[in-house]
This record gives sequence, C-alpha cells and structure tokens, in this order.
Amino acid sequence: MSIGLILLIVLALAVAGYAIGRARSVRTAGGDARKLHSLPGSYGQMAFLFTAVPALLVLMAWLLIQPIVVENRAANLLTPADIPDGSNTSLVMADVRRIADGLDLVMADAGMGEGELAAMRADFSDIRTRLGNVGVAIGANVTPAVFEAAKTYRADSKTGRTAMAALVLLIALGGLGVALTRIRPDFRARNVSESFVVALLIGSSLVAILTTVGIVASLLVESIHFFRLYPAREFFGSLTWNPQFRGNSELGIWPLLWGTLYVSFIALVFAVPVGLLIAIYLSEYASRRMRAVVKPAVEILAGIPTIVYGLFALITVGPFLRDYFAQPMGLGQSSSSVMTAGLVMGIMLIPFVSSLSDDIINAVPQAMRDGSYGLGATQSETVKQVILPAALPGIVGAILLAASRAIGETMIVVMGAGAAAKLSLNPFEAMTTVTVKIVGQLTGDTEFASPETLVAFALGLVLFVFTLGLNVIALVVVRKYREQYE
Amino acid sequence: MTDATATQTPPRRGGLLELDARTRRRNAAEARFRLYGLIAVGIGMLALVLLLISVLSSGLGAFQQTSLRLDVTLTEKALDKTGSRDPEVMKKVTTITYGKLLEQALAKTIEDKGIVIDGLSKTDIKDMISKDAAARVRDRVLAHPDLIGETVPFTVLANGRIDGYLKGRVTMDSAQRDSNVSPNQLLLADALRADGTLYKAFNWAFITAPDASELRPEAAGLGVAILGSAYMMIVVLCLSLPLGVATSIYLEEFAPKNRITDLIEVNISNLAAVPSIVFGILGLAIFINFAGLPQSAPIVGGLVLTLMTLPTIIISTRAALKAVPPSIRDAALGIGASKMQSIFHHVLPLAMPGILTGTIIGLAQALGETAPLLLIGMVAFVREYPDAPPEGFFDPASALPVQVYNWTQRADPAFVERASGAIIVLLVFLLAMNAVAILLRRRFERRW
Repeated sequence: MSIGLILLIVLALAVAGYAIGRARSVRTAGGDARKLHSLPGSYGQMAFLFTAVPALLVLMAWLLIQPIVVENRAANLLTPADIPDGSNTSLVMADVRRIADGLDLVMADAGMGEGELAAMRADFSDIRTRLGNVGVAIGANVTPAVFEAAKTYRADSKTGRTAMAALVLLIALGGLGVALTRIRPDFRARNVSESFVVALLIGSSLVAILTTVGIVASLLVESIHFFRLYPAREFFGSLTWNPQFRGNSELGIWPLLWGTLYVSFIALVFAVPVGLLIAIYLSEYASRRMRAVVKPAVEILAGIPTIVYGLFALITVGPFLRDYFAQPMGLGQSSSSVMTAGLVMGIMLIPFVSSLSDDIINAVPQAMRDGSYGLGATQSETVKQVILPAALPGIVGAILLAASRAIGETMIVVMGAGAAAKLSLNPFEAMTTVTVKIVGQLTGDTEFASPETLVAFALGLVLFVFTLGLNVIALVVVRKYREQYE
Repeated sequence: MTDATATQTPPRRGGLLELDARTRRRNAAEARFRLYGLIAVGIGMLALVLLLISVLSSGLGAFQQTSLRLDVTLTEKALDKTGSRDPEVMKKVTTITYGKLLEQALAKTIEDKGIVIDGLSKTDIKDMISKDAAARVRDRVLAHPDLIGETVPFTVLANGRIDGYLKGRVTMDSAQRDSNVSPNQLLLADALRADGTLYKAFNWAFITAPDASELRPEAAGLGVAILGSAYMMIVVLCLSLPLGVATSIYLEEFAPKNRITDLIEVNISNLAAVPSIVFGILGLAIFINFAGLPQSAPIVGGLVLTLMTLPTIIISTRAALKAVPPSIRDAALGIGASKMQSIFHHVLPLAMPGILTGTIIGLAQALGETAPLLLIGMVAFVREYPDAPPEGFFDPASALPVQVYNWTQRADPAFVERASGAIIVLLVFLLAMNAVAILLRRRFERRW
C-alpha cells in the first residue's frame, strides 16, 4: 500500500469522523444542540483530530525508523569476509539496497513469483546481468551473501510496509472509536480539542529547536568521524591544503580560513562605507522623491539571489579586473580572484548594511539632532559627532552581522574566488574559502569514509561556530544599545 | 575713527552673514559630506544597473535560437530495410543514419540554391546541424512510421557555433582559431541566411526542453529545472506555511514567558543567520544519509529550503499578528469566544495579508537559493522530466539556480549565454512573486 494511499485513507476517515462526531453529538442531546457543552462542530473537530493526528505521527515515526532497522538486519547477514578489499560496509549496503529495489523489476520482467525468488541463488544464476537487463546497474559481481542480504532487505521492507499500513489504519480507527464513544452532552469537547490544538502548536514550534539540534548533531557526529581518521592537530595547525585521492592528504584549515577572511575583509571595506553613507544620506539628506526611488532600488539589490552575483563576478567583474588591473600591474592572470569575489560580495552586502544602519539611525531620538542643530552644528557635524556615536553600537552590530554573512556566503566565492588554496597577500590571485571547499568536497559522488569527504563537516562546524559567535556578539551589542533609548 | 576704518577689511557683502574662513571650511566640509553620500548612492545604483545590464546583455540571446528549414527525404532503404514499419525493428536504426539523411538534405539544399563556396567539405556541411537534430528527427519518425519514403519538411537546430555567429559571439576571426567551426561554415551560414533556410526565432525550447550534454548547448533548456524548482516550492509552501504560522501563533499568543520559550526564540533568530550551506550539510547528513531519501530529489531540496524559510515566515507572521490590535481579541473574548476561537476566527484572518506577504518573500528567497542544493546532489545531470507529484517529488530533478551554476561550469561559451538566460527567467519569477507580495500588501493591509 503506497504512502499516498494511506494518507488519503486516514484523511478520509478523519473527515468522516468530523461528520459522524458532529451528527452523533446532536443525536445524544436529543436533537437539541443547546443541551451540548460545546458546539456540535467541536465534537466533530475532536473526532477529526483524534483520528488523524496520532495515526500520522506514527506514520512519520515509522517511516523514519524502518529503514534503519531493516538496514541493520540486512547488514548483520554480511560477515567481514563478504566485504571486498578497498570497500566498506556502507558501500556494500548501497549495493544491497539497489539489488533489493531491482529485484521487483526482475520479477516483473521474468514473471516470477515470490517462491521462485526465494529459490533463486546467486551462485547459480547471474544476478548482475539480469539486473542489468532491467536497467539496474550494479558495480560489482553479486556474491551469495550480498544477494541473501538483498532478499532479506526486500522482504523486511515489504513486511514493514504492510505492518505500517495496518498499524496506522488501526490507530486511525482506534482514535475515531475513542473519540466517538466519548461523545456525550456534558463532554467538554471544546476544551479537549483546543488543548489538542495547543499541543500541535507547541509541537510545531519545536521544529526550530529540532533543526538546530539536527545541524549541531550532524556536524558534530561527522566531525568526530573525521578527527578519528585525521588528527585535529594537523587540521588546525597545518598550513597546507592538499587533498589526495589516494590518502596522505594534507588538510590544514589555515589557507581556507585566510581566503575566507581576506575575501570578507575586502567585501566589508567596500560595503560598510558605501552602505553606511547610503543610510546616512537617505535618512538625513535625501528628498522624499529620491528616497522613494533609491530605497526600493537598494531593496532590489537585497532580493537578488547570490547565484546572480556569482554570475556577475564570473562574466563581468572577473574579466574586467583581470584586463584592466591585474594584468597591466603584473599581479596575476586569473579572472577569479580574491578581489573579484570581495567586490561582488561587497555589492551584495551594501543593502544589508544600509538597511540595518538605516533602522538604527532612525532610532536615534530626534531630540538629539535638534539639540545639536540648536548649538549651531551643521548637518554633517551632527551626523558625525552626535548621530554616529549614538548609533555606534547598533552599527557595530550591523557590521558584525554583515561579516557573518560574508563568511558564510557560498555562491559568489565558488564562482568568483577560485579553487586554489593559497596563503598569499596578492588580492588579484585566486584563493579559496571554507565554503568553496565544503561544496568541492561534498558535491558529486560522496563516499562517507574518507577524510577527504568528511573534512567538509569539520569545515562546516568551524563555519557554524564562527558565524554563530559573530551573531551572538552582534545581538548582545544591539540589545545593549536598545536599552539606552527604550 | 578713520584709522580704524582704514585698517578694516572691505565692507561686508552679505550683511550679518559674512562667511569667515572657519564657516567656509565648515560649509565645505558639509558639501563634501553630502557629496560622499551622493557618491555612495551612485555606487549602489551603478552596481544595480551594471548587474542587470550584464545579465540582460549576455542572456537575452538565449531566447533566440538559430534553426534550419530542411526538406528531409526519409528513404525507406536507410530507415526501414524490411519495410515492416515495426517500431521495434526501426529502433535499431541509430541517430548516425538519421544524421546522414540530414546531411544529404542540407547538401541538396545548398546545391539547389546554387550556393558555391570554395573548399566546403562534407564535415563542414554536417557540422552546420546540431548533434541533437538527428535524435529529434528519429523520435518523430518512430512516432509516425508512415512518414517513411516521403520528403518531409523539418525544422532542426543549427550548431551552437553557427547560432553564436548569428548572435555575434562567433566571428570570422575567432572561427580561424576555433577547431569546432570553420570560416567556410560561416560563409555558408551567410548564404543560407540570405535565402531564409537559416533563421533565428523565439526559443520556446529554452524554457521547456531538458538540459543537454556538453557538446550541444543549442539544445539545452530549462524544462526540468523549472519543474524541479516548482516542485520544491510546492513542498516549501505546504510545509513552511502551516509550521510557521503554528509556531508564530504559539509564540505570540500562547507561550508563557519561560526558559523554553526563550530558547525557541533564540533558536529561530539564530537559524535566520546560519549560512545556507550549513543547511545543505544538514540535508545531506539527516535527510539523505540518515533518513535514506533519494539524492537530487525535489522532496529533499524542499525540506531543506523549508527549514531555511521558516525563520523568515515566523518573523513576518509574528509581526502581522502583533499588528492586530488587542481590541479585536477582547471583543471576541467578550462575546464568549474561547481564546482559540478568537485567534482562528478573528486575529488570523486579519493578519493573513501580512502572513502571505512574508510567505511569498520567503518563497522568493528559497527559489533563488543555490548552495544547499549543490550538496544534496541537485547538480546531477538530469534529462528526464520528473513524474507528476507526489511520486515526482522523489524523482531526480534540477533547480533553476543550480542549473545556472551547472552551465557556468561548462567549457563552451554558449553555455554562459544559457546561464544568463536562465537567470533572466529566475529574475522574472522573483519579480512576479515580489509584485504579488507588494500588491497583496497594498490591497489588503489595514492600518489600525
């Protein structure tokens, strides 16, 4: 039974529950809805929730847990001898899964029944060719143990699916039954169904916490795997980044961190003055008409996806900087460079800095401006000596947030900064960043056993800690500043 | 007295407001500061204009494509030796045979029109036609076997380089140096264009066709990517709107002030600032490796983007809920509604425009997001359209921004034009979504 069908049946039951619950409540009150504690609809709602919610929760939990259980059972059938040299359990299990999926196709192709499948043995028939015939390509020859594991996998998945369908439908029916039997005129249906809804609301607000837990857990677990395979001292101490396919990689984080910080620095040097001046100009000088044009334009800049900035770096800014700056000055030949990525990222950050600063500048009380003007200060003097100092903590917060954005930005540096891990001061040279290497190590066919792949998780952890730290500092700074005026 | 007047500076011109050096300096500083501000605004505007011009100028070409009108004689001898018209038998004839027919058709056209170019080789003629064309002709013939034996007019794509020549990307100079195109072909293209065999037309295939391999940029399209992006947006909408609204209602209306509530709030504001690539790592580790969902599937992309969009939706929903005045709640409670009823029947409908605006803006952000999708395998080369939902959510697909990235990684410069064209499509979608959001806000937002 497919999941879609189960969902549909559960929903149909729940809707039926609503109708029956509603009708039944009126009937128990002898047709007079005024004798009921709650509105008839509340009874229906209760029946709906009792039918749908537990069943769907069980369905979700089952879908999450079943693959793990089935996988473990199948993996237990494999002895270490079944795993070829240069491979590992997870690779073999991937084959097992693919064979198990392919078996259905083979059976349909050859018109086999379950019994014939059980009798099929890898030592007698060529499974790999038969799977190949139905379009399932297997990398290695199928050994008997792997084939048996695949058969178990398939059988367990099937039983699991059936059991799940039965259980979910049973729970839905049970919930419906419980709800319907409890319907009496004095039953507080509204209170029950409303506390049910509050529970649901709380549940969905926990998704945010679960997400954070998921992020931290996935980063930590895989990072620990990585540090088991590769010493942490090397990772944090080595100055070379040189991954090799055949092991013996040097995976020092410093060249990547250097590139990240260099690009972010250039971006901030460009974005902070420009963004701040735009904010000041718009809030202190610009006419109404100008504001009406410039502000939305800056917001458009903020709404443009980073891939567009990446393309801009790749086809316009990069070649321009190379042809007019790097080559004439003899600083480099590459169109992707720290400067390219930094400048384009600076453009991306302008709206970020300007809108945050705009808010902060506008929050400075008008009385402070008026006082300054009253003392005879010009507008620019007021801005420089009164408004900016008053807004400074907020602006520092904004800059820190912009810095955290810059460090975590991916597409611009992937397309603009290059891929060579270098420690160099020349801004027209291609360098690489933490995010570029995360993408580089994790795209394509990923195999989760080598330090070359797992290093991406350690890099992600460093990135996460870095940006989180910056954000927390920024929030603290901003919060402190707010306390002054409110 | 006279002495004093003699030593004085010339009489004041502006009466009381004579500018001394200090005032002048201060005014100059004021003007300078103003100018800096203007320059900064100018830089911002210039950046926006340059960005748009750069994308538009390199991308608009992708919406035009060069094609050839050819009368192809589908000889029975070549395509169906047995004469049985059995599709199974005819499938054995490969695209190479069809390519030869196309080549003959073009050669015949050249001969008929009396075009003579010195040194034009057979390969030159063959390479005028896209490598994709033979496959399309074959598909059509397999679908309509009765065409065999007739001379059928076909419209086939021209080679990417010839297309580039008509768009000004390839010139006689560059053709000299390029091994993929010869100057003779360009002369031939000029001649064919003059009599209308070769022409440029609007390129629907760019929007509907699937991606094509490295060697045939002229056939590459956005169909699978648009479909994949649409699927992901459906998933994001269906999950993040209910989840986000439920979370906001709880935090704004029910949550007691305690540690857990604080924890949730801090979490949400932190999630809003976590780099997008970290969400990609989460998707890879949890949804693909742990939960065993398939790679490159829109469902995984949708889940990851949902988690990224949630903070945006929650923040705007809470603002919208906060904006509904307490008098509405009080009035509802006063006539006997429960708290839940007052919220769901009164507050929520009034906050809906704000919520929808925030949701659309969140969706627009999600639509342009690239980095996390790279990690969950959306970069894979996908030629098959995904099935209709819900099964289609689990089929491999691409996504618009990822397709852009994919094309920029390819060697042929024609793909840069395609990538920029894809960006234009993406920007059009974003523009439309933002326009709807602004319209909603203008039309329905109430000020209390």
